Amino acid sequence: MVSNGMKIAIVGGGLAGLAAAMKIAEGGHAVDLFSVVPVKRSHSVCAQGGINGAVNTKGEGDSTWEHFDDTVYGGDFLANQPPAKLMCEMAPSIIYLFDRMGVPFSRTSEGLLDFRRFGGTKHHRTAFAGASTGQQLLYALDEQVRRYEVTGKIRKFEHWEMLSLVLDDAQVCRGLIAMDLQTLELKAFPADAVIIATGGPGLIFGKSTNSMVCTGSAVSACYQQGAKYANGEFIQVHPTSIPGEDKLRLMSESARGEGGRVWVPRNPKDTRSPSQIPESERYYFLEEKYPAYGNLVPRDIATREIFQICIEGRGVNAENQVYLDLTQIPAETLDRKLGAILEIYEMFVGDDPRHVPMRIFPGVHYSMGGLWVDYNQRTNIPGLLAAGECDYSIHGANRLGANSLVSCVYGGFIAAPAAIEYANNIERNGADSSKIYDQELKLQQEINEGLIKQSGNENQYVLHQEMGKWMTDNVTVVRYNDKLKETDDKLLELMDRYKRISINDSNLWATMALPHARHLANMLELARVITLGALNRNESRGAHYKPEFPNRDDENFLKTTIAEYSGEGPVFSYEPVDISLLKPRKRDYSKGKQAAAAAPKQGAPQFVSSGAEQKPANLSGPIVWGQDKEKVNNPLASDATRQEQGKSIDEAGGKTNN
Amino acid sequence: MSATHSTRSSKTPPKTVEIHIRRRANPDSPQYWEQFEIPYRPNLNIISCLMEIQKNPVNKSGDKTTPPVWHMNCLEQVCGICTMVINGRARQSCSALVDNLEQPIKLEPMSKFPNIRDLIVDRSPMFDHLRKVHAWIELDGTYDLGPGPRMSQEEVQERYAYSRCMTCGCCLEACPQYEGDNYIGPQAIAQVRLFNMHPTGKETRDERLAGIMGENGITNCGNAQNCVKACPMGIPLTKAIYEENRETVLHGLLGWLKH
Repeated sequence: MVSNGMKIAIVGGGLAGLAAAMKIAEGGHAVDLFSVVPVKRSHSVCAQGGINGAVNTKGEGDSTWEHFDDTVYGGDFLANQPPAKLMCEMAPSIIYLFDRMGVPFSRTSEGLLDFRRFGGTKHHRTAFAGASTGQQLLYALDEQVRRYEVTGKIRKFEHWEMLSLVLDDAQVCRGLIAMDLQTLELKAFPADAVIIATGGPGLIFGKSTNSMVCTGSAVSACYQQGAKYANGEFIQVHPTSIPGEDKLRLMSESARGEGGRVWVPRNPKDTRSPSQIPESERYYFLEEKYPAYGNLVPRDIATREIFQICIEGRGVNAENQVYLDLTQIPAETLDRKLGAILEIYEMFVGDDPRHVPMRIFPGVHYSMGGLWVDYNQRTNIPGLLAAGECDYSIHGANRLGANSLVSCVYGGFIAAPAAIEYANNIERNGADSSKIYDQELKLQQEINEGLIKQSGNENQYVLHQEMGKWMTDNVTVVRYNDKLKETDDKLLELMDRYKRISINDSNLWATMALPHARHLANMLELARVITLGALNRNESRGAHYKPEFPNRDDENFLKTTIAEYSGEGPVFSYEPVDISLLKPRKRDYSKGKQAAAAAPKQGAPQFVSSGAEQKPANLSGPIVWGQDKEKVNNPLASDATRQEQGKSIDEAGGKTNN
Repeated sequence: MSATHSTRSSKTPPKTVEIHIRRRANPDSPQYWEQFEIPYRPNLNIISCLMEIQKNPVNKSGDKTTPPVWHMNCLEQVCGICTMVINGRARQSCSALVDNLEQPIKLEPMSKFPNIRDLIVDRSPMFDHLRKVHAWIELDGTYDLGPGPRMSQEEVQERYAYSRCMTCGCCLEACPQYEGDNYIGPQAIAQVRLFNMHPTGKETRDERLAGIMGENGITNCGNAQNCVKACPMGIPLTKAIYEENRETVLHGLLGWLKH
């Protein structure tokens, strides 16, 4: 294939970005790849447990359809079904591709790929490389991308940060503005299409299991320039993390997949060491409440149960912690299958989890929501695509463990040909187009200069901490409308105080202060999308749980939340969910799927509180909070179909050959 | 969600943490030491200390100063970016716990790489090395060609050990031979081992061997064996050097016989 001078920019060098870069370079086209860290150090390295694909090597009758059904069921039917189905169908070939790239996947005695169990399924469906699968997959793509770097097809811009898109007068994406994090130099990079693959926004919650680059800043910039942001309120809180001063370190679900059991002493005042507490005096609450799935219920359920136990004062030593116990498994097996994560626990806590039960607590982990994309990973801005955690497309209201790695690669593999097709058909910029780049460059330069010059008594890091605390306290596991409203007020206050921060670094060379200030502004905008999206959704579904509205409400809320930036804040509308393949049914993990399907089909209580604080419902506010009440009170007003969304890309300059 | 484990039993905890940082404003200015003191809390790691200083950059004498800069990302010792020299030893600052360190804690940038500012260095030479040794599998294409070659768990485990290298540079910092990028170094040699062991990788092993032979190649190893002790991932680096040394000798011999 001849490249005809096409240039595609990819922002983010994790699994999704690298997967797309590799595919585009393989097609013979040029890629500019931007990353705030060397791509080999992206957050994908943190994924531990594995990657899902229904290969059925254990004779369990697994199939890609079963994987698809588990994914949609686990996501509480909020995902559009066709892309989820396609992902599950591609998953086995994605795993085999990584196998061919040399990823050291664990093996069976016949030398075949081994698979383990993960949450939300009854099948062994998760391929794994020890307990550092994300690291191994990322390295495999990093290696292939380096191969194309040597041939000149891929140019890397590491330690460069995207600040904004360059849009032309017709709102078509024509490239981006990026900042060199060493010199703070800004530069415009023209591109025929831009793929955003920058991962999740965990830093909005202050401490999370995410890496420090996961601010959601670039995604927020796209949102503020007109990209739709979908299902922002769906934030996954992982049931098992290790609380720390600087972050919440992940303890992989694979610990439970390999037989780890969650428990607390039956008597909350029991102060004996865990090994001294006999079996009969331990409360294995997940196993007792969910006999069919036990410790491998989906994450949202495990998280709420652990959270509830601790709120009731029944955590270990009455603190916010429960046991995750692996001590019944032989140390040799643990080392082989979970070595990497046990080392992390040992290193940061000091106890040996082979002999002492780990103490864990839920932590913010993943955003199911993200940039709105169509089935070809295209956003509503022509020429802008998105892939990986930063898009909303696959996981609905809750993501199943080990589905993130496969969705990243899937997203990259779909976005790459879609970007090429778009770029092939777009009319290039004329010679006089340089003014759009100059204008955007000037605008971004002015924002930087403004921040450098402004002075006031506010501290950007303190503001970040406050935002994180409010978001974690009020917009995570349990959500109350009055608290959500207060949180939005708080965010507005923080935005106001942001105007009075002063950059505390007089040395601008390689400074961390200015980039952080830029992130903070973008994080605050996205925090409002998350908070108000949650406020508006008066039901409980997947990771979104409101005690005031404990049931799933398909009649009113089986729809995708869409946030668009108004200039002042988010404007909300809703879009129907594509349920063309599987009829929504009650989600019930106390029974196997067949038994649950036989139960009456109605909104099921997502979580039964056992006597903890229940707040009165706050129903006094408007139905939908946002800037433009007229528009938002008519949720289905902008109810464009997928096809129409696709057309707008054609009209705006690109042409697709349907 | 703020519960911090307190497990490390020790003597009476100190009230403050004293940290000395070797700083540099930019590549053209000289290095200098600056001292900081922050309140002690249990379970602090070096990153949390630096964050504390960053929030309120005042040195031990009470003077306002510029906040020290450093690189950080995963904070789980798997991305490798936060590597620095702590009390004389190169390691990741995320997994360096204050309770296990002698005070005053001395933080320095790695000395074997160009120093950008404060604790930040430019480790791009390590990635150049990966390019030089062709540290990848030559795929026919990324289209669906079914599974890769079968392998025993033993082979996989041996490769897995090498595959955990996060390009942090601790081995090069500890290596007495490596200076001014004069030696391809243990990390790249271990990657050659990783791919030369793979059934598909073997097909192109000559290209990789070419990358570690000649000037600045594998023969520059002085057998000090510091690298294997410095590696935070426990990678058998000396074994890789031994195996690849053997392979290059055989390769050279065979090449000579062919002519």
